[in-house]
Amino acid sequence: MTLAEKILAAHANRPMVSPGEFLNVKLDLVLANDITAPLAIKEFARLGVGKVFDPRKVVMVPDHFCPNKDIPSAEQAKLMREFAREQGIVYFEVGKMGIEHVLLPEQGLVLPGDMVVGADSHTCTYGALGAFATGMGSTDIAVAMATGEIWVKVPPTIKFVYHGRLKKWVGGKDLILYTIGDIGVDGALYSVMEFCGEAIDSLPMDDRFTMANMAIEAGAKAGIFAVDSKTLKYVRSRAHRPFTIYRSDGDAEYVRVIEYDVSRIEPQVAFPHLPSNVKPVSIVGEVRIDQVVIGSCTNGRLGDLRLAAKVLKGRKVNDNVRCIVIPGTQQVYLDALREGLVEIFVRAGAVVSTPTCGPCLGGYMGVLAAGERCVSTTNRNFIGRMGSPQSEVYLVNPAVAAASAVLGRIASPTEIAY
Amino acid sequence: MKLKGRVHKFGANVDTDAIIPARYLNISDATELAKHCMEDIAPDFLSRVEPGDVIVADSNFGCGSSREHAPLAIKAAGISCVIARSFARIFFRNAINIGLPLLECGDAVDNTSDGDVLEIDLATGAITNLTNGKNFTAKPYPEFMVGIIAAGGLIEYTKKKLAGG
Repeated sequence: MTLAEKILAAHANRPMVSPGEFLNVKLDLVLANDITAPLAIKEFARLGVGKVFDPRKVVMVPDHFCPNKDIPSAEQAKLMREFAREQGIVYFEVGKMGIEHVLLPEQGLVLPGDMVVGADSHTCTYGALGAFATGMGSTDIAVAMATGEIWVKVPPTIKFVYHGRLKKWVGGKDLILYTIGDIGVDGALYSVMEFCGEAIDSLPMDDRFTMANMAIEAGAKAGIFAVDSKTLKYVRSRAHRPFTIYRSDGDAEYVRVIEYDVSRIEPQVAFPHLPSNVKPVSIVGEVRIDQVVIGSCTNGRLGDLRLAAKVLKGRKVNDNVRCIVIPGTQQVYLDALREGLVEIFVRAGAVVSTPTCGPCLGGYMGVLAAGERCVSTTNRNFIGRMGSPQSEVYLVNPAVAAASAVLGRIASPTEIAY
Repeated sequence: MKLKGRVHKFGANVDTDAIIPARYLNISDATELAKHCMEDIAPDFLSRVEPGDVIVADSNFGCGSSREHAPLAIKAAGISCVIARSFARIFFRNAINIGLPLLECGDAVDNTSDGDVLEIDLATGAITNLTNGKNFTAKPYPEFMVGIIAAGGLIEYTKKKLAGG
């Protein structure tokens, strides 16, 4: 069996599972946020069970439109807060919260071998820890909160092998954009993407989170990594409960094996309006920009901010650009502050915001007007994603975002930093 | 159950931001959400939809976010069924869970134009294009999902299960 199949089998109490089978799996964690929880809470009430299955295993995070952006958002956040208090579930208030998919691993709430569902499509981020994590809608999450179980169809696994050494300024974001560019936005539909190879072994945890995060952008049910010494170093200081490490068998069956030589991969830029619409940064030409966003569940971790700061240090954001930096959690914010990164950003003329999903989905904190172009470290560049349907979003890694902020056009960090 | 409605045709990769832009996710009411359904990619969609109409789209319909607001908005806009070459997986679950019928049928997508009238038998998956007289059969649902559909959605299905039914 593959790593993903082993986790599913263990949670369905079955010795073996195969792709295509329907299972009922026990859940280690159930997640919702301020835009998906209100619908889930409404459906949960219809089930008539009263209490969630285990308050320690249900988490709610007010991150999308919080701190509240307007009255309707405030009402939704209030509804969620009251439910969280009444049920005694795990809840992070504004001031303690962060972007859910940066926050939960940081707090040790997700561990290797876990089975996690969340009412957010980027729940697949936790695959970086060797967990099976997938996004679902509010009604599924209502049932998960009530019963601690959910049905899943066992997906086939596609193995992605990354050979070679990464070039300078190339990271997890570029590998996943390159991969989506190759297989398309439905290239892994209903499947698990298992990432491996020597380039993955050398990849820091922050970059692995970035890659697993965007598995959904290829239509995948989950993206997953084997647990290694880097994973264990990350989770050991955070875990408050035991966990199980699963590994793919040597004879595990994969529906496809796709191999890449990463030494040929440059920083990637996904042009509007699909994450698969990628080009290497060296051939983008002159694309003038109005805004840069550095943050999100894809690239809002400390490693991402360090990269951006390396490029922005001692430089100024271009006069024609607004640059918005959003640390993923309060801990990331604090670490960035201690390391002097926040000062670098502010001196460069960038905004540093409290953690929020805000601009990524056109909520607030950086909504685009018609005709405006934004270079962003987020995960989606669909029509209207960050504001006006006549605006454009270009997806990049944090170093390319920072270099673009300085030069006022999509730019490679090699143009200004060495 | 038989449905009959006029076709609103869409291309591939219609994402959930197109179905219901995130700027409206500060509301959960389906009727309010429906007012903004497809507004960024087809601003006249709502004014053209009559109750019972059908969306026909190419591959990967509903890709992107997990927002259940997307199938809710489509259903409340008056659409009775979505036919596509393929669906994104979270959207597929959400639609079944809330009782918006979906059919996977590439042949119907290839042989249907905007404005055609379709007759659909949800029980058998039979689709007839009344405008050009062509017949198609959609991919059947897995048996497991038939149970959820027959119960009237996931909540009813789970309630029955919890009651030991």
